[in-house]
Amino acid sequence: MEALILQVLNGLDKGSAYALIALGLTLIFGTLGVVNFAHGALFMIGAFCAVTLQRLLSLSREIVDETKTDFLGNPLKVDIPYLYDWFGADAGQSIINWSVPLAILFSIPIMVIVGFAMERGLIKHFYKRPHADQILVTFGLAIVLQEIIKYFYGANPIPTPAPPAFTGSFDFGVLLGFDPFQIVYPYWRLIYFSFAMIIIAGVFAFLQFTTFGMVVRAGMADRETVGMLGINIDKRFTIMFAIAACVAGLAGVMYTPINSPNYHMGMDFLVLSFVVVVVGGMGSLPGAVLAGFLLGILESFASMAQVIAIIPGINQIIIYLVAIIVLLTRPRGLMGRKGVMEE
Amino acid sequence: MLGLNKKDAGLFTIVIVLTMLAPFILNPFPENSELAQFNAGYPDLMQRFVIFGIFAIGFNILFGLTGYLSFGHAAFLGVGSYAAIWMMKLLTLNVIPAIIMGIIFAGLCGGGVGFVARSRSGIYFSILTLAFAQMSYALAYSVLTPITGGETGLQIKATDSPLMSSVPEGEIGRANLFGLEMGSSYELSVGGWLFTFNAGYYIAAVCMLIAFYLSIRLFRSPFGMMLRAVKSNQQRMNYTGLNSKPYTLAAFVISGMYAGLAGGLMVAMDTQVGPERMFWTASGEVVLMAILGGVGTLIGPVLGAGMIKYMENIISKINDNILHQWFAFMPDGIEDFMVFIIHPFIGKGWHLTLGIVFMLVVIFLPGGLVEGGQRIGRLFGRKKRAEAEAESTAKTPAE
Repeated sequence: MEALILQVLNGLDKGSAYALIALGLTLIFGTLGVVNFAHGALFMIGAFCAVTLQRLLSLSREIVDETKTDFLGNPLKVDIPYLYDWFGADAGQSIINWSVPLAILFSIPIMVIVGFAMERGLIKHFYKRPHADQILVTFGLAIVLQEIIKYFYGANPIPTPAPPAFTGSFDFGVLLGFDPFQIVYPYWRLIYFSFAMIIIAGVFAFLQFTTFGMVVRAGMADRETVGMLGINIDKRFTIMFAIAACVAGLAGVMYTPINSPNYHMGMDFLVLSFVVVVVGGMGSLPGAVLAGFLLGILESFASMAQVIAIIPGINQIIIYLVAIIVLLTRPRGLMGRKGVMEE
Repeated sequence: MLGLNKKDAGLFTIVIVLTMLAPFILNPFPENSELAQFNAGYPDLMQRFVIFGIFAIGFNILFGLTGYLSFGHAAFLGVGSYAAIWMMKLLTLNVIPAIIMGIIFAGLCGGGVGFVARSRSGIYFSILTLAFAQMSYALAYSVLTPITGGETGLQIKATDSPLMSSVPEGEIGRANLFGLEMGSSYELSVGGWLFTFNAGYYIAAVCMLIAFYLSIRLFRSPFGMMLRAVKSNQQRMNYTGLNSKPYTLAAFVISGMYAGLAGGLMVAMDTQVGPERMFWTASGEVVLMAILGGVGTLIGPVLGAGMIKYMENIISKINDNILHQWFAFMPDGIEDFMVFIIHPFIGKGWHLTLGIVFMLVVIFLPGGLVEGGQRIGRLFGRKKRAEAEAESTAKTPAE
């Protein structure tokens, strides 16, 4: 029982990342009708926003500390971050430590700008082209974006730790009445899951309860009619694209303490997220979220030692296997509508 | 000629001449000149040109004709490679059984995957093929290690003793064709030029020519017409009482067999395999090749494969020193600036160049290099005609 709960919890954080990316993909597909292969790159750009902010905050000046010497007997050079000068050593250090949560604020304007630039600069011209062309041009864009990141940040993963307050893990089992140390779960993963839930709820609430969201939903159902009613639906769809980019970017920012970001993390997640979208049903927002968590949890169950002992290698292929089974038995995915992307 | 019409026969002849004379054509610069780094006439690269050419031709039969975008084609390349290397390890070091085995196994896998995947179309088909390819990659990497060698892959080792070839004790067997070793080459030195004629290259080139010929025949056959009908309007095809599924399945199997041939040849040239050959980036690469050259055209994929492999080898070899040499004629400040600008695009950054070129092609030239060539040709044609007209009009009043 403990093991099962632990696996569900373990699946939640990866599932949250899948769900957030798949949600953005579905938003873009539902509104603009574009299959965005560059969505993983947006996730990666978000992660590198956190890295950039961390580096910006730790910008430092070099001073010679006369009181200390290095092993050769020379005076030691010490880097003092500018933040120490401005806020004092303690407050400065804690700001640096909190760079990942702060990066949420930092990344929103960046992701909005990136999203706008992508939609207005490139994707706008591809509405009328076949889906294959859209896939290919965004695939090319993804390569370009990830190579640019690689050029500036190098090929190695860059560690971006969570704030010290959240680095430990807590005993989840005690809460449920199990023995101590049976179900131990890192704080940050719990935060990531809650964060994902808040974002998902926010997006759904935005679509469901605001006038803007109502217009967007109407546009998703019948774009032409909404346009004829005198509403500039293109402008609203562009804003939705920026929001989708933001969702992917925030998912990336918060994911950095779980996995150190590297330049190809976007592509790694993208392939799986597409599988998630297809399993959930192309064009269905609840389907994307559901399938994201479902596949995340299934993956973590499949990597249990007992399961691997029965079916070796299952942890590597479970997601693809599920995708194949779902596509063949329920061709439109779990919650897909009829006639979406059929030809 | 050979059942081809005049235009195709012309194209085929040009391709034959180009591939046969490739060691000359790809080595236009003398050995010791500064431009020698642009030479592509060394065996390893030429072999890759033709092998990836075969791979791209096969992919084009599926995507170009039926419009089914497979994102997992590298899996068949990998299966073909593994089958070929096991033939070499167990049966004989002769490459022919290995290549044939590669084709057969890839065809069988293509049949299996195609049977499942063809039930869906559009992006679902892409995701299904991608899922199969990623599954075979993951399996080759982990569970199937006894067969695939896992992370290290498979090589021919000194301990291997193929049944039908006699390898001296403790020596690593080399791939051959009835005694002609793949690595053996004849070097011809004329003036400052050095031309290498490699046995492996010519064997691969002959395979490529056969593959190319078959693809021409396929494009022009009634079967090819059916595949085009699948692409343009599958529903209408079904309404006329034709079942389109066997056709798409056949196209899938054929293109899988082409990939198997390419995989078998890869093993024949360089006797090793690793699972990374099946990774989805490898599948993406063949998509890039076909698009870059021109999907649905005969020669396009080969051009695209050649261009990508050339860029990969040549651009990644350029470094800052070479750039400084090129821009040495400029004033120092401008020279450094130019090197600074170009630096991200060369060496390790060649993927960036590839991505940009690819995007530009998709945006401005959806038909790829072939369409670009046609446009330039038309431009010149029109200019000539316009000039001729201008001349004739200019001349008439003078009379």
